[in-house]
Amino acid sequence: MDIYGWIELVLYVVLLLALTKPMGLWLFKVLDPQGKTFLDPVFRPVEKGFYRLMGVDPQSEQDWKRYAFSLLAFSLVGGLLTYALLRLQHRLPLNPQAMGAVPDHLAFNTAISFTTNTNWQSYGGESTMSYLSQMLALAIHNFTSAAAGIAVAAALVRGIARSCSKTVGNFWVDLVRLHLYLLLPLALAFSVFLMSQGMIQNFKPYTTARTLDNGAVIQSIVQGPMASQVAIKMLGTNGGGYTNANAAHPYENPTPLSNFLQMLAIFLIPSGLTYYLGKMVKHQRHGWAVWGAMTVLFLAGVLVCWGAEVHGNPRLQAAGVVSSPGNMEGKEVRFGPFESALFATITTDASCGAVNAMHDSFTPLGGLVPMLNIQLGEVVFGGVGAGLYGMLVFVVLTVFLAGLMVGRTPEYLGKKIESYDIKVSVIAVMVLIFDILCFTAWAVSSKWGLAGLNNAGPHGFSEILYAFSSTTGNNGSAFAGLTANTPWYNTTLGLSMVFGRFLFIVPVLALAGSMAKKKLVPESAGSFPVSDLMFVVLLVGTILIVGALSFFPALSLGPIVEHFLMAESNLLF
Amino acid sequence: MAGKTHSLFDRTIVVPAIGASLRKLSPATMLRNPVMFVTEVGAAVTSIGLFFRSPGEPLGFGFQVTLWLWFTVLFANFAEAMAEGRGKAQADALRKTRTSTMAGRMLMDGSIETVTAESLRKDDCVVVVAGEVIPGDGEVTEGIASVDESAITGESAPVIREAGGDRSAVTGGTRVLSDRIVVRVTANPGESFLDRMITLVEGASRQKTPNEIALTILLSALTIIFLVVVMTLKFYGNYANVPLSVTVLSALLVCLIPTTIGGLLSAIGIAGIDRMVQKNVLAMSGRAVEAAGDVNVLLLDKTGTITMGDRQAAEFIPASGVTVEKLADAAQLASLADETPEGRSIVVLAKQFGLRGRSLADMPHAQFIPFTAQTRMSGVDVDGRKVRKGAAESVKKFVGGTFPAEVDDAVTRVSFNGGTPLVVAENGHVMGVVYLKDIVKGGLKDRFERFRAMGIKTVMITGDNPLTAAAIAREAGVDDFMAEATPEDKLARIKQEQAEGYLVAMTGDGTNDAPALAQADVGVAMNTGTQAAKEAGNMVDLDSNPTKLIEIVEIGKQMLITRGALTTFSIANDVAKYFAIIPAMLIGVFPMIAPLNIMGLHSPRSAILSAVIFNALIIIALIPLALRGVKFRAVSAAAMLRRNLLIYGLGGLLLPFPGIKVIDVALTAFHLI
Repeated sequence: MDIYGWIELVLYVVLLLALTKPMGLWLFKVLDPQGKTFLDPVFRPVEKGFYRLMGVDPQSEQDWKRYAFSLLAFSLVGGLLTYALLRLQHRLPLNPQAMGAVPDHLAFNTAISFTTNTNWQSYGGESTMSYLSQMLALAIHNFTSAAAGIAVAAALVRGIARSCSKTVGNFWVDLVRLHLYLLLPLALAFSVFLMSQGMIQNFKPYTTARTLDNGAVIQSIVQGPMASQVAIKMLGTNGGGYTNANAAHPYENPTPLSNFLQMLAIFLIPSGLTYYLGKMVKHQRHGWAVWGAMTVLFLAGVLVCWGAEVHGNPRLQAAGVVSSPGNMEGKEVRFGPFESALFATITTDASCGAVNAMHDSFTPLGGLVPMLNIQLGEVVFGGVGAGLYGMLVFVVLTVFLAGLMVGRTPEYLGKKIESYDIKVSVIAVMVLIFDILCFTAWAVSSKWGLAGLNNAGPHGFSEILYAFSSTTGNNGSAFAGLTANTPWYNTTLGLSMVFGRFLFIVPVLALAGSMAKKKLVPESAGSFPVSDLMFVVLLVGTILIVGALSFFPALSLGPIVEHFLMAESNLLF
Repeated sequence: MAGKTHSLFDRTIVVPAIGASLRKLSPATMLRNPVMFVTEVGAAVTSIGLFFRSPGEPLGFGFQVTLWLWFTVLFANFAEAMAEGRGKAQADALRKTRTSTMAGRMLMDGSIETVTAESLRKDDCVVVVAGEVIPGDGEVTEGIASVDESAITGESAPVIREAGGDRSAVTGGTRVLSDRIVVRVTANPGESFLDRMITLVEGASRQKTPNEIALTILLSALTIIFLVVVMTLKFYGNYANVPLSVTVLSALLVCLIPTTIGGLLSAIGIAGIDRMVQKNVLAMSGRAVEAAGDVNVLLLDKTGTITMGDRQAAEFIPASGVTVEKLADAAQLASLADETPEGRSIVVLAKQFGLRGRSLADMPHAQFIPFTAQTRMSGVDVDGRKVRKGAAESVKKFVGGTFPAEVDDAVTRVSFNGGTPLVVAENGHVMGVVYLKDIVKGGLKDRFERFRAMGIKTVMITGDNPLTAAAIAREAGVDDFMAEATPEDKLARIKQEQAEGYLVAMTGDGTNDAPALAQADVGVAMNTGTQAAKEAGNMVDLDSNPTKLIEIVEIGKQMLITRGALTTFSIANDVAKYFAIIPAMLIGVFPMIAPLNIMGLHSPRSAILSAVIFNALIIIALIPLALRGVKFRAVSAAAMLRRNLLIYGLGGLLLPFPGIKVIDVALTAFHLI
């Protein structure tokens, strides 16, 4: 754990902190239909045009049911379109490599994957997708699914901020404004920056080159519209790589600066959303308290993962196989243990899933961190929107659990937490836990599930557990030793993505509706404190205990036992 | 008697409770409590599993685990039975007073027939004469009587009950000491306050409170989550070739689901109502007790709650040219025959000025002028002295229309300070002013201060003018006051506070308080109050002590805190249990995970059994806490949270480690495993 790592880590947190307020203020304007921005002269007419086109009255708002219905309908249509495009790509233009139609189960999985902001990829992009598919079927979801996630978070925050209100906003207005004023301009700027670092952006056919060893091997080098897709893949916490190697590929992550800013881009919007929360509920310190809890969990994850990767595998060192102590298996040499551990923690804290190293090759404890991050619900900054609404569900549960201890019916920001709120909150949490545990149980006890394994024993178990955690949490990264491109895996992983996304969002929107309806009790000395250090400790404690209690048995059969196998025995696994 | 507290492990309560905990094993009863129902199913499954043991699992181990799982269920039942038993003991003591009471029922023609109290119905009229026991709750429609209510309140002084007005309500079981009254019965047998309270502590008909429902949902969800965790673990075990027997999985499940709070939840609720009864407050529902903890605003009547009922003479302020002694002498003379507490206090204060005690017997010729509402003065004519004391306006008329300036000033000053000025005049000369002061009850200011710290606003209600009200409010330290308040103002104020999101508690006794009592979230009716008031409120204070509102709030808070503390404790416990059971499950196949056995437990089986035993014993250990409630301190929410989190959160996290270890050592020492 060298000094350069520490410096970069501090720099990262400081920059994130500095960007949180401006991002939050920007979100506050974007998510207010009447909000004014300097982009108005350009986009206001476009915005109005969209409303006319869709027949939406920007003044009218929706109750939580209509909001949820709009979101579900929008996602369904988007998913079906993607499925159709992938199945028909061989008949469509912009296909210089003449890619064939995507098989049905893979198209099913991929369509769901991009619609749900997961970007789980059972395929290698450069060997499966045409340029049109990359842009129209996939990249477009990088925008829409991100906007949908932010919209849900905004609806929940509005619900908390309002009182005696039936509505939580208008999904279509949120969707349009998030695209025009937030995602498109940011992605445009970021992709231009990425191109400046050497990232490709073209429609050329793949370059063929002869390798240095006498030209015996002909290498095919990927080309295409990469920067435009990578920018939003990070900003929208999508994570789907243009190439199979994702951010470890030299084109997809050309320089140290591009690596650093890609990591920063992942947390940018989620971090800003905590400020948006504080501003909306007129309790800025509460927003910062949530930010603080996220940062504590983030740093804990980074340090454990980094430590484990630097420590490496003692048995390889004892055998004299490696000279340096760090674990370099599966890592891009340009990045090494620290950059890889930091990237892995960030990408799984958020539901991004882009990777610059292979998580499968991390040490057992180093790999435990990304897996647990996902299983905790990706509430550490989290996916755009998804992180905040997931965190707020935990906040509600925390306030309820601990709130009784102040001697009154638990109140969150002046709203009484009643049985309905508890019901929808626990449903949301239960969906995630059941989705992961039950699909994993099915996989490890069925021949279809076991067929995908390349590793036996605890590591094989970890790979399956990671896969279903990743899809349920809409993360998309993988312990890639698993052969997941089979009909069974594509189907079950696809289903777990749908459950993890929509069966979580619907209860969250119900919570938003319920909170919006409540009367506001003015704050007093008897109110539950939600902005001090104790609240941060409580929130972190609740997340860790709920997560640990649910997943500790499973993890103990995977990475934990694997760690002891490595550290305490001479057995080969 | 009511108010008597039973020692925690009173034989008369414990013995029946043991029987009741066995009867409560019926699945139909258990289903009301999802956490304990799952525990019972777990115990049943392991019992059956004893006959189908997995190879290598000794009978002794399975048997002991099964036994302790059953104990876990029984201990939880026992906690509930104990709480019910204590409540019933309180209620039975109250109920004893009116078994076998005979009543004289008045028929349509005016004649009287003797019937048993049980056969009385609502709207029957009964005649009760001196020496008889009033057969049921009711309202006096005719006559006046002194009534001994000590059976209910424990207060030995008799009280007056009369037809009409605010003192017409009588309670069944109390005894008429003098005269004859006609009582209209207002409740059918089984519907009186007492009956309602008894049903409240009896589990079967007890309604869960809103907060209890929310907590039950959370606990059920945790139970289902752990059910899935344990069931999927079986599959993972198959994959890893780790044999997991039904016994071990059931043990893990029961240790993880929140049995501690699940087992004690209903006991906590019943104990809350029970603590109210110990304070001589009958709560009409558990919901009311819970609401008491949530209250943000207390509406307190000034008289009786904040001040002593009576004013006391505090100072003599003489007119110019008059000595204090002279004024004191005149005031004492004018008050000799005045038997009101105010009058007596003037006599007492005058003694401090060296005046010898006078008595009426010394002055046979004195002619005393009593106070009337018309003259608003009282006094005496004796030996040519015409001494009067009274309200400033009346005395002004008496002396011919003018006061010296300094007396006018004194009158204003006294009013401004919240006192009542009494002007004393002798033979047309103004002697000075007696400062009658409202005496604020001791310790209230401090108490209100603590309420403020808890975020509760106190509002004083008084009929006084704003000037006086403000002064008393300042002295008592209340946050706000309503002067010249009518019952309608009170109702409007409650509605306004509620519209702002506050929960309001108040006390009241008169019929005109009824709408406000009904509107308030917590309405405490005085037992001396009218039937209408008692029906409208959701609590009745048998002692009719308005200050008790404060204690009611504290009991409500205490109940919620106890619930939260034990929930936190219960969930925090799980961490240690994992460290006992998970290594024990895996160590057979993966011996290298031994470092995970951080407690250094003797063997896998002793580890699992120790966790199960700890889990069962902790329920028993916490029964006293559940029944008595967590110690309550009036501090801010943040301070309270910090304290409870440290004790029950951190404590819950750490305590099981040594606890399980000790049990493990004991099990090994006695070769039980």
